[in-house]
Amino acid sequence: MTTSETEPTPAVDTTTTPRHASRTPDRERENLLEVEDLVKHFPIKGGFLSGSKSAVQAVDGVSFTVRRGETFSIVGESGCGKSTTARLITRLLEPTAGKVTFEGKDITHLSDGRMRPLRRDIQMIFQDPYSSLNPRHTVGKIVGAPYKLQGVEPEGGRKKAVQALLQTVGLSPEHYNRYPHEFSGGQRQRIGIARTLALKPRLIVADEPVSALDVSIQAQVVNLLEDLQQELDLTYVMIAHDLSVVRHVSDRVAVMYLGKIVEIGDRDDLYDRPRHPYTVAMLSAVPVPDTKRRHQRERIRLQGDVPSPINPPTACRFHTRCWKAQEICRTEEPLLLQIGTGAESGHQVACHFPEEPSGPAGIPG
Amino acid sequence: MEDPSLSHADPEAVLVGEKQIEGRSLSQIAWGKLRRDKVALAGGAFIVFLILVAILAPLIVKITGGPPNAYHEDLLSPYIPNIPAGDFGGMSWRHPMGLETVSGRDIFSRVLYGARISLLIAILATMLSVAIGTTVGIIAGFFGGWVDAILSRIMDMFLAFPLLVFAIALSGVFPDKAFGFSGLPLRLGLLIFVIGFFNWPYIGRIVRGQTISLREREYVEAARSLGARRPYILFTELLPNLLAPILVYSTLIIPTNILFEAALSFLGVGIPPPTASWGGMLADAVTFYTVPHFMFWPGLAIFATVLAFNLFGDGLRDAFDPRGR
Ligand SMILES: Nc1ncnc2c1ncn2[C@@H]1O[C@H](COP(=O)(O)OP(=O)(O)OP(=O)(O)O)[C@@H](O)[C@H]1O
Ligand code: SF4
Ligand SMILES: [Mg+2]
Repeated sequence: MTTSETEPTPAVDTTTTPRHASRTPDRERENLLEVEDLVKHFPIKGGFLSGSKSAVQAVDGVSFTVRRGETFSIVGESGCGKSTTARLITRLLEPTAGKVTFEGKDITHLSDGRMRPLRRDIQMIFQDPYSSLNPRHTVGKIVGAPYKLQGVEPEGGRKKAVQALLQTVGLSPEHYNRYPHEFSGGQRQRIGIARTLALKPRLIVADEPVSALDVSIQAQVVNLLEDLQQELDLTYVMIAHDLSVVRHVSDRVAVMYLGKIVEIGDRDDLYDRPRHPYTVAMLSAVPVPDTKRRHQRERIRLQGDVPSPINPPTACRFHTRCWKAQEICRTEEPLLLQIGTGAESGHQVACHFPEEPSGPAGIPG
Repeated sequence: MEDPSLSHADPEAVLVGEKQIEGRSLSQIAWGKLRRDKVALAGGAFIVFLILVAILAPLIVKITGGPPNAYHEDLLSPYIPNIPAGDFGGMSWRHPMGLETVSGRDIFSRVLYGARISLLIAILATMLSVAIGTTVGIIAGFFGGWVDAILSRIMDMFLAFPLLVFAIALSGVFPDKAFGFSGLPLRLGLLIFVIGFFNWPYIGRIVRGQTISLREREYVEAARSLGARRPYILFTELLPNLLAPILVYSTLIIPTNILFEAALSFLGVGIPPPTASWGGMLADAVTFYTVPHFMFWPGLAIFATVLAFNLFGDGLRDAFDPRGR
């Protein structure tokens, strides 16, 4: 045990900011990130000379706020625009329309140069641990890149700082000179996490941080992220394609379908009293450990495939697969409106015929 | 034993960490694989041997063969006109590959000097192609959009160019003196230019494709999310990943260029006589097909060299292929 002798070196200063004490969402807590009507359309390239006008409507009018210190999860099926949303927040993509505000500052169309200093505060964990680390760079170079790119000289030198970061994420400092291909998927994702921590960010956007990993390793990495949040006072935007992964780490959850948010709510409100038929269907796919509840919850199989984001269904985009769809669903778009009252006032849903809170999927109270 | 910093440690991580401190890079792994590939190594050894022989040719011919352009008409057969006396085209210790017809020049010396011409032209032309192709390919792939569209069309145009016809026509009209050069150096320069300058789109396309696929990797986005500028992404993130394919395809272009130079010299538009070149020797030999040794030696030299480069290049490609680890 080479690592057991060394003193744990705190990689990041934890004393300056108060800890995130409780999981209860605090409505008074200030907003770190605000996203308003965010749109990203990817024009479909025709030939060299043909000017085509159609577009992939990857994200189409998404609004939400993320409060300091919380974990805000975005959940949806593959292709619904989660990664695109993440890349818009981190300004890896230029938004087509809408507004992104970080710490009160409008960053929607900041130039690369103006964005550069802000990048220390907003970091991203990528979906694929195999393509997110350069195969020709050593772990030391990968995790040290943030210092180099931002011109930061940490106390005690970069090498020492990188080794401390490796320890923070549960790797050995001796991994400094090794290459990514020598690690397992879970270890690679830890290397990626270490890289995002180097600049002491405030917001980490984690794009499906565990979906490429073995189920047995997923929990370890999720727990690591949770521990880091407590230690380093981080705010997370956590992305997942399935509601079960993020359940115990989320404070609030947004469900996305074909580029739009269909339901947002505090974690318990959304899991226990889902209102949107799509959320109900997604929850019904999650295995329920509690046997008392199991008989109450029928597994709902959605018919058909997810429609193409190039030509999405009119009005409510879910109407092609919804078992409650009526004529109005095809003609009038349901807006994302508040549905809960009192303690549940943060619960919003975009549906003409939302489920009753005591519906088949949940237990009242 | 309890270390708080390891509370969320990956159990695997600790195990792996102790065995070996220095990591093995992809190049080291490729070299390890190449060392086990006997066929590729044989090709590589032959290439090294050939390069040494080409460099040392003036010394070697002092020991055997004599200067490549010395006539030995005295060694021709007194009975059959123009044919060397003795068995196997006049093979002897002094002339191990025999003598040429008509002039009686030593074939061994000429094959050796031919190697110099072949390798010089093929390698320099390849370097020219790689330099242009890599630059254009990276720019097209990295910037994309209209830059890519224009450069790709230019590459298509070059590839549609009837190179052989052009080379033949050019050598007919090209002056004996140009750019301060004349004679053989001018001719060499012209051949290197023609072969190198018109073949760059092959490597250009490969580099463009590789760049496009690498540009989409998440590590490039990770660098951007840390505030990396374009030069950093190009030189630090992309280029190290492009070197292996560039090296592999360069090794595979060299034999093509050797064949092309031989073809041009064979057609009489390459290296002018009396300078020894493999293609030129073959051209001289066709009129004397009754004396097969004359054709055999330069033919064998071309065959063995091209084969060696191809075997080595294939081995290199396999060694760098991440799938076969
Ligand atoms: N650069 C791009 N150009 C064109 N279309 C794109 C681009 N990036 C994403 N898309 C399209 O936008 C849609 C949303 O993609 P996105 O990657 O955001 O989905 P996702 O929710 O992250 O899915 P997954 O779970 O598979 O990662 C998809 O239909 C995708 O094909
Ligand atoms: S608006 Fe209509 S189609 Fe859309 S989810 Fe609600 S009930 Fe279903
Ligand atoms: Mg994604």
